[in-house]
Amino acid sequence: MSKRTRTTSLERHDLTGWLMAGPMIFLIFMFLVLPFVLGFVFSFTNQRLVSPNPTQFVGMSNFEQLLGAGILVRQPETDANGVLKRDANGDLEYQSIRSYTRNNPDYPQYEGMKEFAGFDWGDAKISFVVRDLVFVKALLNTLAFVIVVAPVQGGLALLLALLINQKLKGMNLFRTIYFMPVVMSIVVVALLWRFIYAGDHGLLNSILGFLSLGAFKPVDWLGNAHTALWSILGMSVWQGVGFHMVIWLSGLQTIPVSLYEAAEIEGATNWQKFRFVTWPGLRNTAVLVLIVITMQAFALFAQVDVMTKGGPLDSTQSIVFQAVQRGYVKQDIASGSAISVILFVLVLSISLVQRYLTRERT
Amino acid sequence: MARNKTPSKLNIALRYTVLVLVALVFIFPVVFMLMSSFKPDDQLLRDVSSIRAFLPIGDISLDNYFAAFERAPVATFIFNSVLVTVVTVGAALFLGSMAAFSFAYLNWKGRDFIFSIILATLIIPFETIAIPLLLEVNNLPWISAQGFTIGWLNSYRVQIIPWIGDGLTIFLFVQYFKDLPRELIDAARVDGATWFQVYWRVIVPISGPVFATAAILKFLVMYSQQYLWPLLVTQSEQYRPVMVGLQYFFQLNVAWGEVMAYLSIITVPVLVFYLILQRAFIASIASTGIKG
Amino acid sequence: MKRTVFLCGAILSAGLFAGNAMAQTELSMWYHGAGNKVERSIIVGIINDFNASQSDYTVKLEEFPQAAYNDSVTAAALSKKLPDILDMDGPNMPNWAWSGYLQPLDIPESKLANFLPGAIGKWKGKLYSVGLWDAALAMFARKSVLEENGIRIPTLDKPWTKDEFDGILAKLKATGKYDYPLDLGMNDKGEWYPYAFSPFLESFGGDLVDRSTYLTAEGALNGDNAIAWGNWWQSLFQNKYAPGTSESPSDQQTGFLDGKFALQWNGNWNAVKAMDKFGDDMLFLPAPDFGHGPKIGAASWQFGVTSESKHPEGAAKFIEFAIQDKYLAQFSDAIGLIPATSTAAALTKNYAPGGPLASFFDLSKAQATLRPVTPGYTFISPTFIKVAADIADGADVTDTLDTAVDSINADIEKNDGYGFKN
Repeated sequence: MSKRTRTTSLERHDLTGWLMAGPMIFLIFMFLVLPFVLGFVFSFTNQRLVSPNPTQFVGMSNFEQLLGAGILVRQPETDANGVLKRDANGDLEYQSIRSYTRNNPDYPQYEGMKEFAGFDWGDAKISFVVRDLVFVKALLNTLAFVIVVAPVQGGLALLLALLINQKLKGMNLFRTIYFMPVVMSIVVVALLWRFIYAGDHGLLNSILGFLSLGAFKPVDWLGNAHTALWSILGMSVWQGVGFHMVIWLSGLQTIPVSLYEAAEIEGATNWQKFRFVTWPGLRNTAVLVLIVITMQAFALFAQVDVMTKGGPLDSTQSIVFQAVQRGYVKQDIASGSAISVILFVLVLSISLVQRYLTRERT
Repeated sequence: MARNKTPSKLNIALRYTVLVLVALVFIFPVVFMLMSSFKPDDQLLRDVSSIRAFLPIGDISLDNYFAAFERAPVATFIFNSVLVTVVTVGAALFLGSMAAFSFAYLNWKGRDFIFSIILATLIIPFETIAIPLLLEVNNLPWISAQGFTIGWLNSYRVQIIPWIGDGLTIFLFVQYFKDLPRELIDAARVDGATWFQVYWRVIVPISGPVFATAAILKFLVMYSQQYLWPLLVTQSEQYRPVMVGLQYFFQLNVAWGEVMAYLSIITVPVLVFYLILQRAFIASIASTGIKG
Repeated sequence: MKRTVFLCGAILSAGLFAGNAMAQTELSMWYHGAGNKVERSIIVGIINDFNASQSDYTVKLEEFPQAAYNDSVTAAALSKKLPDILDMDGPNMPNWAWSGYLQPLDIPESKLANFLPGAIGKWKGKLYSVGLWDAALAMFARKSVLEENGIRIPTLDKPWTKDEFDGILAKLKATGKYDYPLDLGMNDKGEWYPYAFSPFLESFGGDLVDRSTYLTAEGALNGDNAIAWGNWWQSLFQNKYAPGTSESPSDQQTGFLDGKFALQWNGNWNAVKAMDKFGDDMLFLPAPDFGHGPKIGAASWQFGVTSESKHPEGAAKFIEFAIQDKYLAQFSDAIGLIPATSTAAALTKNYAPGGPLASFFDLSKAQATLRPVTPGYTFISPTFIKVAADIADGADVTDTLDTAVDSINADIEKNDGYGFKN
């Protein structure tokens, strides 16, 4: 049916093509590309939001500040005779990391660095130290967020779409209800969920306690470094899943009913019908859903700003939250711009890989 | 999916149970918001920790709504947001679908290069370009009844024009157009239609679903998420949108009841817009059949 | 009464100046209180009085929501769209003056002689801003609760000491009657943190930055005294004496009034509500002394003239007009803030000698400490917010303070000393 005529692709439409795409291209270059290029330039300067001091070109210094890292190897301490010192418990003694990274002229390369992770190698202690621990955490949190949220939100949205795709009465109502959180802004939703997630008198704890007849021990969802990011993630999925459900739903409609009928005749189970009929028909939709979720997840900001401000203990720092913290709150627009450049390069490389992988399959 | 077998009553009851349980998960914060908007602050904050939060009990009134209207020019904020949103969405849909048509069907120099740049702009979070953009729009010229002026601040246009260009809208349309049958276009071309006529008379009429999807997505961005930008570029109250208006309610002591009332009010226009588009979503379900 | 005065003024001005041929100069003014009806009515009242009192200038008001105010001003400064007059939160003044948003304020010293120190904004020896009020913090408590537990009621001369305070918290905790013995308002992760909590740090002998040079935070924010503060601060949350950073917004607003907290570290803007609830039982106690004297934060919103104003003399005239005792008293009566002068205090319901909140006036005079007067405060403030939150959440105290010092020092270096190098 969709046999395509190849001859048209040889035709050229330079003028018409530019005329029709021109207005949008102009707007995007004017209001997205140009400011981004300006920000790109900022990231190589010491530009402040407002300052009487002149702006200077500082090369890669902003990037070095953000991404600087090193490996620090500490040998156990020895006394004057070269014998290993041991503390009261018989453990080896080491100089603290602080003694290397603070005001130590012998190790200028470690100045101001903080330990990010470490392990023992024989008697030596090996530490991975980074110059900007908060940013590194923000980077990793955002990646973790993206990696988890993409399949979870995409998968749940698909389940909802299958659920809502049944031929039953009242589906319009259910579809509207499932879509409700999307309609509310994320800022609004985050405000409401602060009450829901509260540790001491929170709604969620009350509900879980009620459902489990009091067996559930209240959790301080946003106040615990182990649960905070995942609580934000849960809320984000709750808020966004309805939109992706709608995208899946329209994808589901493109699958011809005749294929299901054929599968039925062959005696396929529900799972087999999904695996061999539904899923292959949804490949294009899946790419779209995945890309949209990934983009939104990398831009994680409002939830963090309203609910946790990056805490507790940096467990919910995100890249864009840090860009805003530095660029606006701390007025260091150069550093904020450098963060956005890093984010851009990061997502661009990921999407290039993504495109390469999806291209191979089709 | 299992159309041929008639499901048993038990089966149907089971399905509805699942549907309702899932619905509860999605609706409980909304009910919380709505119910809270009828309660005085003290009671609202006390009810928060129990099932009472979802029930219209206690001291119920519309006081918060009256107070909200008294505290802030709510109608102005909603008008501004709706105006800015509708104009932006309309322009973005028209220019975006036309550009997407060009990217999908026409063969022109630089097309692929420009399309990849447009896709790359999807990655840029707005927060990171706001300041450079502010400096830019402050130096842009404009011609109006007052003659030639420099600087766009404190106006509707500064909230509209920079937001029309949008890579995601183009991307959505391109994906959709690529799957439409090429014969439709070729037939129209043979009949002597110009490319614009093909776009306007052939493609647009069968693209309801993608217009609906793109419209709701853009609407949500413009209506529910516009905070930072209007904050930076509008100085007078008469141009402020709803999300900036929300800040009027966060005083030293937050008037939560009024916040909930305000949130309930500003959610209405989005809901209305969605319900209007519901039809188009359903249409999408019928018409996208041609894709296979 | 007020209304008739205003009406007379309006009629007078209409009658006297209507035929005046001289064009009036319009002065634009920004104020942070959008959404606050009471503040609006007083500000509008002052403006109307001023406009009626002379014929050279008319002031025109534009209000902004507080949460977004600083961003709006920064954006306006970037795009050269500042008004003539604006108000600002006290500690931001040096940054705005240094950045060139403001020009010195030309008001004779004599007019300000009687002002609380927290209501006057000076930078590099020049006056830039002046406020109509100051805010003050106190330990909200109930006499009955203290008496029941045999707790001494502290005075300005003899505040609670650190050990005494720790003992009180332990005792109140042990009663089991309260969710927490103390509430600090930890959910409000904004300027509240440095305003409310950095005075504790200073009372321990630490500081946000070394105020002798303003060129480093080394030693001030990570010295022994600061570490002692950090350990004490962390203990409050480890011992469950106070709700932590994830406190629900509802608890902060109603917890003390509902009896969930025995004590609350709170501002005088909430005092009236508490008095309504507890009447004579309500006490407003001075800050504990942690070794270097009891301290509370000073400086609230103040008015200044921007560098873009073409009529600074008119703008200064308006500010001079606004700081009359009667307006100070109006603001105080309406929103409960401390009037900036003792003569205005005498006119108020709450702060007149013997009035129910008079203790706040004395508190403000005796203990108020300015946050560091440096343009770098804009950076120091969010850094301290993170310090106080992280330590409360259980971060290593020394590490956290060192990190903060490093980043503050790096920022000072990046900004070439914020004008203090020379």
